[in-house]
Amino acid sequence: MRSNDMNRSRYPGAFSVQKAGALAEPLAVRLLLVGCTLFFLSLFLLMPLGALFSEALSKGWQEYRAALIEPDALSAMRLTLVTAVFCVPFNLFFGIVASWCTAKFTFPGKSLLVTLIDLPFSVSPVVSGLVYVLVFGLQGWLGPWLQAHDIKIIFAVPGIVLATVFVTFPFVARELIPLMEAQGREEEEAALTLGAGGLQTFFRVTLPNVKWGLLYGVILCNARAMGEFGAVSVVSGHVRGATNTVPLQVEILYNEYNFVAAFAVASLLALLALVSLALKTFTEWKLRQFQKGGA
Amino acid sequence: MYRIIVLLLVVTLFHVSQGFAATELLNVSYDPTRELYQEYNKAFTRYWKQKSGQDVTVKQSHGGSGKQARAVIDGLDADVVTLALAYDVDEIHNKAKLIPKEWQKRLPKNSSPYSSTIVFLVRKGNPKQIRDWNDLVRPGVSVITPNPKTSGGARWNYLAAWAYALKQKGGSEASAREFVGKLFRNVPVLDSGARGSTTTFVQRGQGDVLIAWENEAFLAVNELGRDRFEIVVPSLSILAEPPVTLVDKVVDRKGTRVVAQEYLKYLYSQEGQEIAARNYYRPSDRKVAGKYAKLFPKLKLVTVDQTFGGWTRAQKTHFADGGTFDQIYRPGR
Repeated sequence: MRSNDMNRSRYPGAFSVQKAGALAEPLAVRLLLVGCTLFFLSLFLLMPLGALFSEALSKGWQEYRAALIEPDALSAMRLTLVTAVFCVPFNLFFGIVASWCTAKFTFPGKSLLVTLIDLPFSVSPVVSGLVYVLVFGLQGWLGPWLQAHDIKIIFAVPGIVLATVFVTFPFVARELIPLMEAQGREEEEAALTLGAGGLQTFFRVTLPNVKWGLLYGVILCNARAMGEFGAVSVVSGHVRGATNTVPLQVEILYNEYNFVAAFAVASLLALLALVSLALKTFTEWKLRQFQKGGA
Repeated sequence: MYRIIVLLLVVTLFHVSQGFAATELLNVSYDPTRELYQEYNKAFTRYWKQKSGQDVTVKQSHGGSGKQARAVIDGLDADVVTLALAYDVDEIHNKAKLIPKEWQKRLPKNSSPYSSTIVFLVRKGNPKQIRDWNDLVRPGVSVITPNPKTSGGARWNYLAAWAYALKQKGGSEASAREFVGKLFRNVPVLDSGARGSTTTFVQRGQGDVLIAWENEAFLAVNELGRDRFEIVVPSLSILAEPPVTLVDKVVDRKGTRVVAQEYLKYLYSQEGQEIAARNYYRPSDRKVAGKYAKLFPKLKLVTVDQTFGGWTRAQKTHFADGGTFDQIYRPGR
């Protein structure tokens, strides 16, 4: 808003010309564009979502409920929650540390570190799973030692958590780094000159400045942690009622011709997506407000 | 707040670890046996409780046969494996030495309590008039089969087609190779497992014919509608013997050898055989086989040992990197 005001005062008329130009497309063109957008939106988003829920409820609420309280489905939900409960705090902590040291300090190898943080984005999830098999598998580097000490990593809960942590590694850090960089170090320096300690500065100055961005990153991280399929599929071992997460359970049910149950469980993931979306929109809005207020 | 989170962590951890506490077997199996072992596990749990007074739960893991063997090699703690073909079990010996080399001699019938064969599933009314293998190479017939590189079932399919061509008048290695090449040019998509291919054919409506396990074909017809599909039995097919074995290193570490052994033995019992037959696997027991004879049509069956010189050789010639399958199949042609 502010920059628009400035433009208008400097170039009187510029705003109105722009406005007229933007809205001067013939009605037909406008309708066509809006129509196209809506068409694709409904084709690729709303229709599948509708199909998902209608299939899940095709045999009524009774069946839907039965599919969700079935022991294997419950075990899958529990495992998915456990995974998220371990994965999100870890990546929250790591993301804050990583973005804090890359945004507020300069040191040799900094750009390499930032690139490395992005690695999970560019690697296929299957590969992320396989590297853990190579490291912790029985034929891998640490496998024989782990087995001798009766420690289970792969094909058990720890492996699933590890693979998920790897895949969701960048979400928080990626969100915070640009934000922290944009805010610069002036406020922290001011705090230090006023006698605040390092931790105090961090909790009183740095963290409040990025809280909405942080929340945004956490929401994305959580959504991905609960929805991850590829990497988890490689390390899970697919033991029913033990190492299947919700997305894996959906695949299994579908392959068993158990379509109502498959879509019922899938609808949980869809609901999770919708809730994430709502939260994400809310934090985005808060973030914008915060930035405007701060600028 | 912090305390609540820690408490939650402890509680969930406890719950998860509790899941592994009771006497438990893990049966790592291939794709189409889901329904079979669901029923069998219940029967065995009952039987074992009666016999020994102990409670046992059997957990299942299913996937493509080769993939499952790989998982066991990489450390998936399977007490028993029930896979699609002997070669995949051999790999568990070759790559990880978890079982002895002579594992297949430990149980009757080459360690295969049940057998199956390869048949065709076509759409109701058989619109493309598919009767035998040579109908699959006709131009315009779209064939669905999984990828022999990853799926055990697909390897049986491939070898069955090869054997058919070989046994024709004037059949030779060269003519078989040409025949199978032609067949695979009619395959629009290779799924990684047998169940994936069934879904492609049945749910997504692709293809005119699905080459499938007999049990898988029966299941598709019975679960998804007799009014939509029918089974076509070719003039010649292959005798598929899915083997079972216990994984020595795992059962010795977990102390489950006795119950695991009994789990496999009971597959050969009257009840085990009946369950196999009810799930459309051909029972090896004569008496049970006689009882269910109507269900399973008679046809000429060749074996891998006689026609292909055993699985190790078949694997090397046909499915290893650079083998005949790689030479024959080029996607997009």
